[in-house]
Amino acid sequence: MSALPRADIIKDATRPGISSEAALSRPAIHANSRRGANSRADPLWVKWLVIAVATGFLGLFIVLPLVCVFTQAFSQGIAAYIAALTDPDTLSAIRLTLIVAAISVASNSVFGVIGAWAIAKFEFRGKNLLIVLIELPFSVSPVIAGLVFVLLFGLQGYLGPWLVAHNIAVIFALPGITLATIFVTFPFVVRELIPLMQQQGTEEEEAALSLGASGLKTFFRVTLPNVKWALLYGVLLCNARAMGEFGAVSVVSGHVRGETNTMPLHVEALYESYQFAAAFAVASLLALLALVTLVVKAVLEDRLVGE
Amino acid sequence: MKISVIGVTKRFDDFAALNQVSLEVRSGELLALLGPSGSGKTTLLRIVAGLDWPDEGQVQFDGEDALARRVGERHVGFVFQHYALFRHMTVFENVAFGLRAKPRDEQPSEPEIRRRVEKLLDLVQLGWLAQRYPTQLSGGQRQRIALARALAIEPRVLLLDEPFGSLDARVRKELRRWLRNLHSEIHVTSIFVTHDQVEAVEVADRHAATGL
Repeated sequence: MSALPRADIIKDATRPGISSEAALSRPAIHANSRRGANSRADPLWVKWLVIAVATGFLGLFIVLPLVCVFTQAFSQGIAAYIAALTDPDTLSAIRLTLIVAAISVASNSVFGVIGAWAIAKFEFRGKNLLIVLIELPFSVSPVIAGLVFVLLFGLQGYLGPWLVAHNIAVIFALPGITLATIFVTFPFVVRELIPLMQQQGTEEEEAALSLGASGLKTFFRVTLPNVKWALLYGVLLCNARAMGEFGAVSVVSGHVRGETNTMPLHVEALYESYQFAAAFAVASLLALLALVTLVVKAVLEDRLVGE
Repeated sequence: MKISVIGVTKRFDDFAALNQVSLEVRSGELLALLGPSGSGKTTLLRIVAGLDWPDEGQVQFDGEDALARRVGERHVGFVFQHYALFRHMTVFENVAFGLRAKPRDEQPSEPEIRRRVEKLLDLVQLGWLAQRYPTQLSGGQRQRIALARALAIEPRVLLLDEPFGSLDARVRKELRRWLRNLHSEIHVTSIFVTHDQVEAVEVADRHAATGL
């Protein structure tokens, strides 16, 4: 609301300065008079306002929370931070998160490559349906993803009695958590690969086959190297989501501290028992993961242009 | 080696790309397959190579049934219109691919691979590009590398699918003459697909027309 009057003030304030501004940028205007005309149509105050709003939002909603996480994490000193991270329950949560992420990323990578291959390189009935279904986990609430597995494998579920009879624990155990995570992170790898593989076509594979390479050799020496950066990119995003997933995992985990709590669940458990510094210490690990992901992502995007 | 195509038919859904096509290519000759685009000449070439399969008819190499063999077992060199070079490999590795792809007991030794690849690169006069990547080459250079790669497996048959189709007129003309000379040097039975009549006459010993 206050933006409008303030903007007017800025506009008036810059008016006397326009002549000196124009004098300064005269060479640029000469070099490209059309652009010069445009920048006159978009007054300077608009440019600054837009930049200010954009950076303001970014600061308020991204940078500030991130800074908060780290300051809170260290609010009781480094010793407390390390103590929080080396707590047996925390270590168990970290271990569980790593195991779940490793399994989910591996299985989604294998599926991603096979799925993308099928969709990009073959024509078959129901292909469009498959493409739509692959993206489903993105549009379904993670809680529903969790509930689906409870419905399937839970005590009251379709397969529950059979599982109990055979002494197999799925819900409230590692398998259930992993299944829910796989479901939620399912699209990341495959959707990176499909457009690239479609664009690359099948000619290189055909060339390799005509040169006498076996199907397997063609796959490992031609197909896979051609998409390696996109694959890594997908794996990276898949991993970030797998480690950070809360909703779906929350439904199937059972929240047993030191046993079935992943890192995000552990953060919540700590927070709800008023161990704020500890909660933020674990949260800072997740935030760090996000930052590392961001950096690696930028590097990979650079490589992807080459592919 | 003689290639015989006998009564080959190929349909895509309702559309018959090839209808009872027969063709004979004499041993050692360079035959141009001439026809407008969409007349099925590429399909015919792919069937001879083993990259596609006919609905009816036979393909024989020296009287022996070629359809019983997969593409990798037919020992054909295939040159694609858009080169299809392996983009993540150097020129050297591209040409060496066919030699490295052989089963372990048939694989030449590393010095032997090096010697043969260098010889092939000399043959296409591009030895100085060995360590470059395909994206760093011009279209004409890429197609010559693609040809060297196809020749590396010492193919019994060389199949060229509009090899100069995406090159500009000047390079095209140069490469035609070059291919003509190359063929008189190596004398491998070759089929050359083109929609350009002048090209067909200039390059080939004989030409056959499809879709007329």
